[in-house]
Amino acid sequence: MAALITHSPILIIAIPLVAAFLTSLIGMASSRARNTLVIASLVFVAFLVFALARDVVINGIRVYTLGAVSPEQTIPTGFMVPVRIILEVDGMSAFFSIIWAIVSLAAAIYSLSHIASETGQTRFYTLLLLMVAGGFGMMFTGDLFNLFVFLEIASISGGALIAFRTKFADTQEGGFKYIVVSAIAGLMVLFATGILYAQYDSLNIATLAQVIQYTTLDKIALALLLVAFAMKTGMVPLHLWFPDAYSVAPASITGMLVITSHACMYAAFRVCFTLYGRVIDSPVVGWIIIVLGLLTMFVGVTMAVFQKDVMRFMSYHAISQLGYMWVGVGVGLAVLGNSALLATYGRDAMTGGIFHILNHAMYKPLLFFTGGALFHCTGTRDLTKMGGLAHKMKWTTILYIIGTLSISGIPPLNGFSSKILIYESAYQFHPILTVTGIIVSILTLASFTKAFHSAFMGAELPEYEMVKEVPKSMIIGMAILAAGIVFITLFPGQIVDWILHPAADALVNHGAYISSVTGVIP
Amino acid sequence: MEYIPLNFPFLAAALLAGVSFYIIIFKRNLIKLIMGIAMMSSGVNLFLVALGYRAGGNVPIYTDVPEGPMVLPVPQALTLTSIVINVAVLALMLTIVIHIYRHTGSLDSEKSRRLKG
Amino acid sequence: MLSKIVRTVANQLIVFILVFGLYVIAHGHLTPGGGFQGGAVIASGVVMLLVAFGSKELRKSLRERVLTIMESTGALIFAALAFAGLGTVFFYNFLVGTPVFGRIPPTGPGPGDFWTGGFVPLMNFAVGLKVVAGLSAAVLALALFASGEEMEE
Repeated sequence: MAALITHSPILIIAIPLVAAFLTSLIGMASSRARNTLVIASLVFVAFLVFALARDVVINGIRVYTLGAVSPEQTIPTGFMVPVRIILEVDGMSAFFSIIWAIVSLAAAIYSLSHIASETGQTRFYTLLLLMVAGGFGMMFTGDLFNLFVFLEIASISGGALIAFRTKFADTQEGGFKYIVVSAIAGLMVLFATGILYAQYDSLNIATLAQVIQYTTLDKIALALLLVAFAMKTGMVPLHLWFPDAYSVAPASITGMLVITSHACMYAAFRVCFTLYGRVIDSPVVGWIIIVLGLLTMFVGVTMAVFQKDVMRFMSYHAISQLGYMWVGVGVGLAVLGNSALLATYGRDAMTGGIFHILNHAMYKPLLFFTGGALFHCTGTRDLTKMGGLAHKMKWTTILYIIGTLSISGIPPLNGFSSKILIYESAYQFHPILTVTGIIVSILTLASFTKAFHSAFMGAELPEYEMVKEVPKSMIIGMAILAAGIVFITLFPGQIVDWILHPAADALVNHGAYISSVTGVIP
Repeated sequence: MEYIPLNFPFLAAALLAGVSFYIIIFKRNLIKLIMGIAMMSSGVNLFLVALGYRAGGNVPIYTDVPEGPMVLPVPQALTLTSIVINVAVLALMLTIVIHIYRHTGSLDSEKSRRLKG
Repeated sequence: MLSKIVRTVANQLIVFILVFGLYVIAHGHLTPGGGFQGGAVIASGVVMLLVAFGSKELRKSLRERVLTIMESTGALIFAALAFAGLGTVFFYNFLVGTPVFGRIPPTGPGPGDFWTGGFVPLMNFAVGLKVVAGLSAAVLALALFASGEEMEE
């Protein structure tokens, strides 16, 4: 077991890659064997992720060097700098990988019935496993170029999956916009990597963090990196592609795309807090992130209020919830230099932002899955044409209610726990943040109630006589996420102590990150 | 060649990136947009190869190279990986444009829009 | 489909292109080249055959099942070589010191020795196989789109 945990960072990335190509071979023979292989590999990866997360919380940062004589030997004998590819797992990476493991397992189980009527399902599962591998690679990597490569792997497979149903025209348009934005973001990240390599002769994040000075070229690289990752997460004013891409994808893929945008947010945090941690001008960058986060929250929810397409409506809400996370962690970044304020409310604001990432990763894919269930049963995404579906689709209705109460921040569900943390700590920073947050929360509840009323309530419509409940595998996929919501609702204190405080401390403590690789405390 | 400044490749890379940003933002034909992305990837690859150059350096290979400094090989590896990734992205974009053309009959990004609001 | 002269010349030239591509793949650890570069050379040979014969003719020889099997096999060989060093660390070069590709080159300039490099030449072959299959499938699919058909399932 100890050997398994030692090798787990690379196994978590390599097993979905191998399974993707095995699926491509086995899928030509039998489809039951292919489905079993997909689910089995994702279950095994989830088990490894939980074991690794527990080990990281107890024992500290875990480092894995590819191709050395032992996993912890980051600097080869006779050298002075780390030269190999290094994977580094700290509290923040472990946290994001838990989310990705759970949501990708739920999405794969959901897809078993959702795309059962499409042709080319083998390619769907191959691309899905490649996307899973790309996401894990982004979260575990320890150098900048690997970040670019895994970002592009996840983007290319995500774009191909959005445009998977080629018989509709709007899926192609959404996929095209996603690919164009991802290609531009990837090229900007590569440009910034080139600038940093030219100055400091190293690609490793820990080595760069040790030697970086804040010259003009470094500021250009920081701006390029942050704009590229903000473009991928849908921050205002770069959010115009986001609803188009998320509303037309198959519902399981939309759930996974939400977590991919979270992984890009993780990359932005890694750049701001760890790579530039010693030298960053934290009030300026923090305030820019907070202002843009407020704008994102507000624009997202006001555009969502009058939407008629149910998936587009939910994707605008995804934009506004992402704004909450930027505000929470932005407050932490703005007070990073001031250790008294950091201890008072900065750490709580960062914990609130990270908690909101966890909650959003549980309820947002659940809501997208219910939207996909509505599309699966009625054949349309238009809310004005639906009505009275609560009589036929009882499980979907209950899960939708759980998701709605969660996203609006109604106590005692998990959305409330994270929002109250953000509100209380952001109020001490500046009151306008809390006021905007509460207004956005009220508008969220209003719009979701309107959507619930128009889709589920009302008298039964004659054209939906033949509608039955969705197939079992879709309900199991949604139930996994709902079980996660209930678990977080019942044990918020333990979640904060065991998962979130280590993650927030890992972000602030860039010295531990650097010394794990170079062996020298900066 | 003293009349070409030493940072001429970097100016060329910046020019390529700037022109391609203009194309991606302002041109309406989808094929021109794809060409803009191809041009931007060429600019970034040129930048990566140019930053590894050391004056008077030799090729960084094993076989029969004369003594002396070598140019940096790591940016060349980064450029190769970037070229491979951009080939995949361009192939995917061209396939999606073919599907868009089949469904809507037009390559103009204004006329083939279906998703608004 | 182009004229008889073009088809005959293409049939003769593909052999030379194949040999040159294999040379570029095989010597990736000594001279500029390697898996992707050599694979792209061979795929451009396939493009030449596509232009000479037309997509409908070429589709009878290059079946899609064969290309998928080639591609997956290349990726699985790469992964198997990487996993084989898992006794020490993933991607550990376990062939250095063994008779298979295991000689260690002397420092300083000199003529390159082919049997060096560990598992790097073997991985070059695996990547070359995958790139040939992938690029040929992509080009064949685009050509079939243009002539109005779909690629078989």
